[in-house]
Amino acid sequence: MKRNLLLYIIFASVVLGSCSKELTDTSLEFTTLNPASQDLNAGTWRPILLTGPTEFAVPAPIATTSPDYVAQINEIKTWQAELTAEEKRIVKYWGAGAVLRWNEIMRELVAKHNRPPFQNEDGTYPVPNAANPLAYPTFPFANPPYAARAYAYLSAATYDALVAAWHYKVVYNRPAPYKVDGSLQVLIAKSDLPSYPSEDAVVIGVSAEILKLLFPGDQDFIQQKAEEHRRARILSGANVRSDLEAGEALGKSIAGKFVTRARGDRAGAAVANQTIWTQMENDAIARGETPWISQESPIRPGMLPLFGRVRTWLFDSLTMVTTIRAPAPPSTSSPQFKSELEEIYQFSKNPSAEQIRITHFWADGIGTYTPPGHWNAIASEDFVKENYSEVRWARNMGLLNMALMDAAVTCWDSKYFYFNPRPSQMDPRIKSVAGVPNFPSYTSGHSTFSGAAATILSHIIKPKAAVYNAMALEASLSRMYGAIHYRSDCEKGLEAGIKVGDYAILRARTDGAE
Amino acid sequence: MKKIIRRICIVLLWLLFLKPAIAQTEIDGVMMEKNAFCIGPMAGYSSWKNYWEGTLKRDNLNLGKVSTTMYSIMGNYGISNKLNVLFGLPYVKTKASAGQLKGLKGIQDLSFWVKWKAYSKKIGQGRLSLFAIGGYSFPASDYTADFLPMSIGLESKNLSVRAMADYQRDSWFATVSGTYIRRSNVEIDRTAYYTTEMHYSNEVKMPDAASYNVRVGYRDKGAYAELILDGWKTLGGFDITRNNMPFVSNEMNATRIGFNFKYPMPFMPQLSVTGNIMTTVAGRNIGQSTGFNAGIFYVLDLSKKEKTDSEKSKK
Repeated sequence: MKRNLLLYIIFASVVLGSCSKELTDTSLEFTTLNPASQDLNAGTWRPILLTGPTEFAVPAPIATTSPDYVAQINEIKTWQAELTAEEKRIVKYWGAGAVLRWNEIMRELVAKHNRPPFQNEDGTYPVPNAANPLAYPTFPFANPPYAARAYAYLSAATYDALVAAWHYKVVYNRPAPYKVDGSLQVLIAKSDLPSYPSEDAVVIGVSAEILKLLFPGDQDFIQQKAEEHRRARILSGANVRSDLEAGEALGKSIAGKFVTRARGDRAGAAVANQTIWTQMENDAIARGETPWISQESPIRPGMLPLFGRVRTWLFDSLTMVTTIRAPAPPSTSSPQFKSELEEIYQFSKNPSAEQIRITHFWADGIGTYTPPGHWNAIASEDFVKENYSEVRWARNMGLLNMALMDAAVTCWDSKYFYFNPRPSQMDPRIKSVAGVPNFPSYTSGHSTFSGAAATILSHIIKPKAAVYNAMALEASLSRMYGAIHYRSDCEKGLEAGIKVGDYAILRARTDGAE
Repeated sequence: MKKIIRRICIVLLWLLFLKPAIAQTEIDGVMMEKNAFCIGPMAGYSSWKNYWEGTLKRDNLNLGKVSTTMYSIMGNYGISNKLNVLFGLPYVKTKASAGQLKGLKGIQDLSFWVKWKAYSKKIGQGRLSLFAIGGYSFPASDYTADFLPMSIGLESKNLSVRAMADYQRDSWFATVSGTYIRRSNVEIDRTAYYTTEMHYSNEVKMPDAASYNVRVGYRDKGAYAELILDGWKTLGGFDITRNNMPFVSNEMNATRIGFNFKYPMPFMPQLSVTGNIMTTVAGRNIGQSTGFNAGIFYVLDLSKKEKTDSEKSKK
């Protein structure tokens, strides 16, 4: 008996002990980018902010026969002589694509910083300060509007910079180092794309510059990634150092133009102040409605009340107010409102396991990359399969993220224009299996984001349209299952999001890439 | 006053002279006799207002008091006098007194233990017993782990190995044990999450854990009363960052103290009542909970033979 018992214990230990704890990380499974087309005409695509691809000059490269160039080839050879496991890892990691990896890095920074500040002793809340990002509360609080804006600036700037890079690639037509010296090892997919300026370095230049603005406290992390990325390009034999230097300089210059836009896009004033907060509440009362009240304790000012006035990308503010803004929600005293409230109470009473699963799948709350980040993750997984060139990756990410930011703006405009209360404010019995966000209810942010994202993604990858639209609908419904939104919030949010997505499609049809 | 003293005396007499009807747990130095099956319900309640966010102790006005109500069924069967198997299955319900987070409820993890009294010898004036205990637990329902602090469990499958020593002299005893808990990864309902870095997976690597348990008390004829010191340490994991939500793979540590007793009914020695109270004195990424449990256990003799057999073995 004793012996048997021991055997059982040993057997059980072996069974469980042998189970590997290593995770399968989708992002680390991505294979080396090997574009189906190099999009050599991308230098003619319509940029977003640049007046044209030559607005920022790139000097002519040195000849591939010059001693300086030969020295640069030799630098690659020296690096390649003894590749460590770590060097092989970074070559594989960055080989999946520059636009993809920097988009992921942005998502990681958003998740890290998506935490609301803790209250002061007196019950007020501190506001993160960009000038002192490491002091608590650390800057930024990367909430959904902040994140949507961050993804948009990174993606839009990357797109413009790569359009310019493609222009110069064709103009200077410098071959890749492995075409100049056939004895070089090549650890990435070979291509006929001219290598000067380096597209990867352009992305490094843009990203480091944009991230410096948006995540000023994370320079060590960003610079370490940038250095790793540069090293990966040389190690892999993809670029010589002068390809990188020219690319990075171009990326930095073009990012500067976007940084200037960001500084003047009114996002800095979105926190508003007590006078404005009170005014919004009083306006709702004057309309005969029950105004939104923060459900947090102590009462926290609503998130970014003036984000609805931030400068959009795809349409102007007049268009937004007249044609995109959702129609007024059911009055808080109307029978329709009461029945919608009752519907949410029923959802909250006994959520099924499946409803909880859906709510959590789409929640993207505190400590996550937010709903715009989720749609970036969805898009990235699909773009990887499409084998886009870097410039097309950037173009599609740009369209997606301009749509997501404009969705944030239009949704926040609606939220603070109508100032509608949350279900849990109107019926304290209503509890949520996700957190209740600290801003007015109408319309649903998740629905608006998802409507916009699914619409533009359906245009980009047409065969998946039905899948994207089903995802958007599920994301929208998840907010009802989570007892966070009424049906009107979700339906009208989705509709407004689709309208935003349609503007992105308008741009997509005319940017020269189709 | 006299009445009270008389009652206390009666209680003490019971403690000293009455026959055993012991409901053991996997963590004490008492064994169930061969063919005896002890089973019964337990109910418990614990709550916390303060918790440790990493090492920072704080409260949260948006949670108020977080409480856990538990109902369980536990059993212990004596395969032999030296080998017992035990099981436990709790139903758990959580609630926050403030804020909008909804409490969850459901059947939590089914646990099994095999408890082996490997060695027992008279040493000095007392008796030393050594035990080896193996345990396995797994979720018995499809509950949601990734909704702390409202989730009812962490969803990992756990294999535990415990070494335990018990020394008893007259009726006083001390029991010391150490446990290593191997925890399986868990799957959550999202496709990416951030710990101290980003992970693109719905699987979360759960660090293993270790615990120790010290019990000192008085044990006689099936009744006992003991003081407990209990420590749990997660071997890895990360801290909750400032004002963030907790996560399943946090480094959750706790040091708890408590009191536990078991008492067989004088009129029906097969029936015993048990209860304990435990409070958390130190912790990390965990609520500072205080709680109590109470249970009733009944011993069935499943031997086909006459009871005299087991009667004999008791003497």
